[in-house]
Amino acid sequence: MADEEIKNNETAKEFSEETFEGPQEMGGRDLTAPDELTLEEGAVLRLAEGVVVDAGDIDVEIAEDETMIINMGPQHPSTHGVLRLMMELKGETVLRTKPVIGYLHTGMEKTAEGLGYIQGSTNVTRMDYLSPLHNELVFSLAVEELAGIEVPERSTWIRMLMSELNRISSHLMWMATNGMDLGSTSMMIFGFRDRELILSFFEKVTGLRMNHNYIRPGGVAADLPDGWEDDVLAIVQSIPRRLDEYDDMLTGQPIFRQRTEGVGILTQEQALALSATGPVLRSTGVAWDLRKQMPYLAYDQVEFDIVVGSVGDTFDRYAVRLAELRESVRIVAQILEKMPSGPYRVLDKKVTPPPRKRIDESMEALIHHFKLFTEGLKVPPGETYVAIESPRGELGCYMVSDGTAKPYRMHIRGPSFVNLQSLPVMMHGGLVADAVAIISSVDPVMGEVDR
Amino acid sequence: MIDEVIKSEAGTYFPTREQYYELIGELKKSGYEYCSDLCAVDYLEQFDRALPEGVQAERFEVVVILTSVKLRSRIRVRVQVPETDPSAPTLFHHYPGTEAMEREAYDLMGIVFAGHPDMTRILMPEEWEGHPLRKDYSAERVPVQFKHSPAIR
Repeated sequence: MADEEIKNNETAKEFSEETFEGPQEMGGRDLTAPDELTLEEGAVLRLAEGVVVDAGDIDVEIAEDETMIINMGPQHPSTHGVLRLMMELKGETVLRTKPVIGYLHTGMEKTAEGLGYIQGSTNVTRMDYLSPLHNELVFSLAVEELAGIEVPERSTWIRMLMSELNRISSHLMWMATNGMDLGSTSMMIFGFRDRELILSFFEKVTGLRMNHNYIRPGGVAADLPDGWEDDVLAIVQSIPRRLDEYDDMLTGQPIFRQRTEGVGILTQEQALALSATGPVLRSTGVAWDLRKQMPYLAYDQVEFDIVVGSVGDTFDRYAVRLAELRESVRIVAQILEKMPSGPYRVLDKKVTPPPRKRIDESMEALIHHFKLFTEGLKVPPGETYVAIESPRGELGCYMVSDGTAKPYRMHIRGPSFVNLQSLPVMMHGGLVADAVAIISSVDPVMGEVDR
Repeated sequence: MIDEVIKSEAGTYFPTREQYYELIGELKKSGYEYCSDLCAVDYLEQFDRALPEGVQAERFEVVVILTSVKLRSRIRVRVQVPETDPSAPTLFHHYPGTEAMEREAYDLMGIVFAGHPDMTRILMPEEWEGHPLRKDYSAERVPVQFKHSPAIR
């Protein structure tokens, strides 16, 4: 039997050389264990009281020729990167869905073990490429917690400014791609246009549009440039006006509403059971935002509201993100007023390299510089878990230090990676035409899913 | 049952593998609604690392982070997994959201989660040998290549 199966697999391999993934793929109904079939229901549905889905309840009896397994991706314009979904269809109805991921896996957690704490943020910034600053932030916060570094107030506020702006740009990007997936090409152009506004500010501050390596352990890489207030003010003034336009354009649009309302519903219990976070969780009505409930940086000193949905469908996820954009603009406006002065990075010479100029003048500065870049920043042994609210949800960093200048283990809890698990539940019982809208509403970034 | 488990000063639980599954269930009942993270760490030969008294250090550790929306708190559970039998019970039946995380830990660290409905690789290609995040895995062992790359075109 086993031999035969391998043989069959090999024949299959010949025909589909490029996409064969072995058992990672979704198998036919008769080849799948009942346990795995419960995943059709998302597995999930182990509700609060420990109600267990009985594998016997799942209809295993559906004849093989009634259903069809189709592939969506990894090369598909609407799968946001290289996401591959295998869907079992009965007619137009989706029964099972399985995300097959790993096409963008480059072993960044392994790479991180070979990079020092100072170099590390260059690596993590490439994970979630739509919100690089959040990745850098969570990494830096983890290092600082292990090393016991207290950063100056101004750098905290700069970090907050940058990460909030990044949230705006990331959500705008989502509005753009979501618009495109649902057939609104104008939204795509508008979204990219507005994102550009923020990216050019980032370029001014950090020197790069993406992958900034700006937030580093001990503070930020550089102070805000002169006249940054004007740029931020321009963003704060123009974005809300444009958001109103998008609101008019999409929210009231009958085609948009019909394609999103009641599509891909996720309940509160399901969302929590599946560890979904961010807008996906909030759209179901759970007011859980780490910025509010477990404040980091100085989020407890600014005013904003948590936006929640009620139904948990695709439209709610859209509405939550749209409203969150406005909240972020509100936060940015407050930061603009409250930005303190002072050093933008910690003045401890063991953490921050001295300015270039000092190296020519002071032997001590030269030694510190040399030590920092040869030995690196040494962090006392320990382990920690730090989580922040990225545009996609809870972005966590579990870091283990063994006392050397490199992390012993660095694990990133990618919100997209975890949120992807709710796809099969959202898709179950829906139409295949809605798949595109649902995938888009989860907002997965494959760089972070695969790491 | 929770009281029997060794707890560090920082509030981290250190259950044995036998206590692990039950402890997570108890914690879930006590209000920890969702599992933030599950990952594995390979300590190789660092058996002298700082652990509370009574915890037998093993090569692997599975780290689970649970979060409570109600209590606004987060809790960490670290369970020791020996090299000779790198396995642990799955948490899938408590938190279905650990499905992908356990597959990732299996794929990259080689820890088998007993009872998991679909214990297959998730990030690496199916035919990959070894588990890349282990400390004794040589990263340079395999030259960089593309899947099923044909001969030079």
